[in-house]
Amino acid sequence: MPRASLPAPAYPLVHSVLDNGLRVLLAPDRTAPVVAVAVYYDVGIRSEPEGRTGFAHLFEHLMFQGSANLEKLAHFRYVQSSGGTFNGSTHLDYTNYFEVLPSNALSRGLFLEADRMRSPRITEENLANQISVVKEEIRVNVLNRPYGGFPWLLLPPVLFDSFPNAHNGYGDFVDLESATVEDAADFFRRYYPPSNAVLSVAGDFDPDDALDLVREHFADLPAREAPPQPDFSEPDLDAERRKSTSDPLAPVPAVAAGWRVPDPVGRFADYLPYVVLAEVLADGDASRLEQRLVQKDRTVTQLAAYLGLMGDPLDVRDPTALVFQAHHAPTATADTVLDATMEELDRLATDGLVPGELERVRARILAQVFRDVDPVLGRTLAMSAFQLVHSRAELLSELPALLAEVSADQVRVAAATLRPDRRAVLELTPGGGER
Amino acid sequence: MTAAIAAPAAPAPADGRTPSPIVPPLGPVPRAKQPTASERMLGSGLRVLAVRRPGVPLVEVRLRMPFAGTAPAHPARASLLSNTLLTGTERHCQVELAAALQALGGELHVSVDADRLVVGGAVLRTGLGDLLELVAEVLTGARYPTREVTGERARLAERLSIARSQPSVLVGEALNRRMYGEHPYARELPTVEAVSAVTAPQLRRLHADRVRPDGSVLVLVGDLSPARTLDTVEAALETWGGDAASRRVPPLPPVVPVPTLLVDRPGSVQASLRLGGPALPRDAPDYPALQLANLVFGGYFSSRLVENIREDKGYTYGPHSRISHGVAGSTLTVEAEVATEVAAPALLETRYELGRMATLPVRQEELDDVRQYAVGTLALSIATQAGLASTLAALSGVGLGLDWLREHPRRLAAVTVEDAFAAAQRYLAPADLVTVVLGTASGVERGLATLGPVERG
Repeated sequence: MPRASLPAPAYPLVHSVLDNGLRVLLAPDRTAPVVAVAVYYDVGIRSEPEGRTGFAHLFEHLMFQGSANLEKLAHFRYVQSSGGTFNGSTHLDYTNYFEVLPSNALSRGLFLEADRMRSPRITEENLANQISVVKEEIRVNVLNRPYGGFPWLLLPPVLFDSFPNAHNGYGDFVDLESATVEDAADFFRRYYPPSNAVLSVAGDFDPDDALDLVREHFADLPAREAPPQPDFSEPDLDAERRKSTSDPLAPVPAVAAGWRVPDPVGRFADYLPYVVLAEVLADGDASRLEQRLVQKDRTVTQLAAYLGLMGDPLDVRDPTALVFQAHHAPTATADTVLDATMEELDRLATDGLVPGELERVRARILAQVFRDVDPVLGRTLAMSAFQLVHSRAELLSELPALLAEVSADQVRVAAATLRPDRRAVLELTPGGGER
Repeated sequence: MTAAIAAPAAPAPADGRTPSPIVPPLGPVPRAKQPTASERMLGSGLRVLAVRRPGVPLVEVRLRMPFAGTAPAHPARASLLSNTLLTGTERHCQVELAAALQALGGELHVSVDADRLVVGGAVLRTGLGDLLELVAEVLTGARYPTREVTGERARLAERLSIARSQPSVLVGEALNRRMYGEHPYARELPTVEAVSAVTAPQLRRLHADRVRPDGSVLVLVGDLSPARTLDTVEAALETWGGDAASRRVPPLPPVVPVPTLLVDRPGSVQASLRLGGPALPRDAPDYPALQLANLVFGGYFSSRLVENIREDKGYTYGPHSRISHGVAGSTLTVEAEVATEVAAPALLETRYELGRMATLPVRQEELDDVRQYAVGTLALSIATQAGLASTLAALSGVGLGLDWLREHPRRLAAVTVEDAFAAAQRYLAPADLVTVVLGTASGVERGLATLGPVERG
């Protein structure tokens, strides 16, 4: 498909900054009577202190436990009895909170976010309760299932050395149980000032009216200084690293490999070719690795390649990685799979893309971008992350053109950097051994 | 068919609570514009529904074909068929098909369950015509090449073994067997052995018998013109014809009370609790009352179950109850993954909350809250192209459509406390539900036995 014929999403965006430093982003869209409200705080897993692994996520839970004017449970009830839904999530570089509501609940949604930005109500009882809930969350998502945390919790300690990048973001039970109300108060004071957050509102409203409502609810929040943005960078690997782990619940082996990639923010133009490369390698039956490993060699049953340990190519900061993962047949070794993968990368690095390959992959990425931003919530989350991480919510509309500028040669060059001596490998062996 | 339908008038105050001096009240209930839609029954017996929902320049596509079967080999054959439908035609091999789809900005996925086969996906609106040509090519000319079938068969077997290492899959299968015995709904996931026995000629025969337009529904939602899209579909699928060898799913057997079933999974650090029983289909007169009663009990975060065993006791992360719908009947399922040491207390609290639903009427305030939630989230779920397409495809399987969606808020508005109580008495009584627990048996059996008889399975 010729580049010129590719459509681009176009959403008007209105930027403001309140006196207390809160960045505000409005994206009116009158097509359906719904609104989404999201607050992104510039603190994530990488900022939690040593001895407090899992704290950023635990704190996210605590932000739902009551606030300046609301008892425990009230937040959930006010959102849901308005006909809306809510959630929050903790990432490497940010923590977000969001609601989708009928448009007649906009003021209420803003109030709810402002009330907990003012002061969450953190008590001994609520802390103990949410430590229990988080432990069950970790059991259900990691400890009680096969491939739990593979590879997002298991690969970082192989790929990185420093505590912020390498540690388990879900948290060690000992650390979680050691958390105190005072820890939470400190964390809030340090990381949750208005000036460390982006508030986004999208959907059915008039932007002037919405900005008035935002001011009404947020303008009187006292200003506090935002923490300096930490530098988590660390040197690239100079030799291959390997680790193996035994998963007693897993029926078949698996392998993951990660390679460091250029700074996704500071070197965005150098980073985007890797986003395209991941699709070339693993999107669909026509992708390079599906053809080789699944269809030809038949060593692999399922595979993926993506940017970012949490599958978040465009809302993560440096350092990050291109990750390849595969479940393979017990008759194959991890090295059989990795060697074949390297052969395909070498072929790509030597011969480049075949005619038509870049165009079809580009069309697929574009369609996927559209599909993600069709829901008002998906749009709100994407533009919030772009604003927080890249200081540019407009990427929402600009991304297709930027991806279209990625050349076949850039993809070839990117493939050439994925060498064995730069990779971190995690092998997962099924059954027996350590728990 | 364009008409403005308002959500039901909300009681005052709009959320049914004592007005807070601080929390902003809700504004007037917004009106959603209904999408423009056109429908056509093709000569082949395929019903086509095209709905205009602009927003992003995509079209979502769902082709739903009846695919029930009672033969023991059917689930395995149906599963492998769904995994190999897109592996080659007379004109294109697997890679060529996938590349052609990609070039359109398109994707297609095939899925199957005990009721239906669905070919679903999305495409940039500029590629819709070409996508439909590819779909037609697959429907009329899928070859099931022996090499690809052999490869996919091995992959499917391995994926099944991975699925069956997941506690949620294991306990779901155990619950369905406990409720429905040998009914197809209780053996939807095939065994590895059955899959290993499937051959390419069997898939070709199954395709010839069942991948037919008669009784099937094609839903298209997105940035399209409904009338023109129907013409495009009719032209593209002209060659797809033939009668389907129709099979009906037998009705679900009645669920009879039985002792709690304990399934041992040594080494589990959690117990997976499941309770299940019959529910009403979406078009039953009492369904809205049951839907709301289920929400009050455990169907949303602000439910009694979540507030009790998560937010008060900290036993679990994501407990919930849900109603799922099949062609042969509907099922109510309660689910919670809890720490091993609290399996019995968590089951006790779950039954307590069920018992409270079945013996005491809900409060008016609770009912108003879930009503507002049900109306609001229904609107949210169909506010996207993909959401509306999937919802319409699911509804079409039981003969429902846009009218049902449009009318449902009014039905929810009419539910009274008495209606919800009656539905809860009938469907949420703990004595009528089947209980299955999967976990480390030695760690949970004694506690469970204090609550009633337990059988090991």
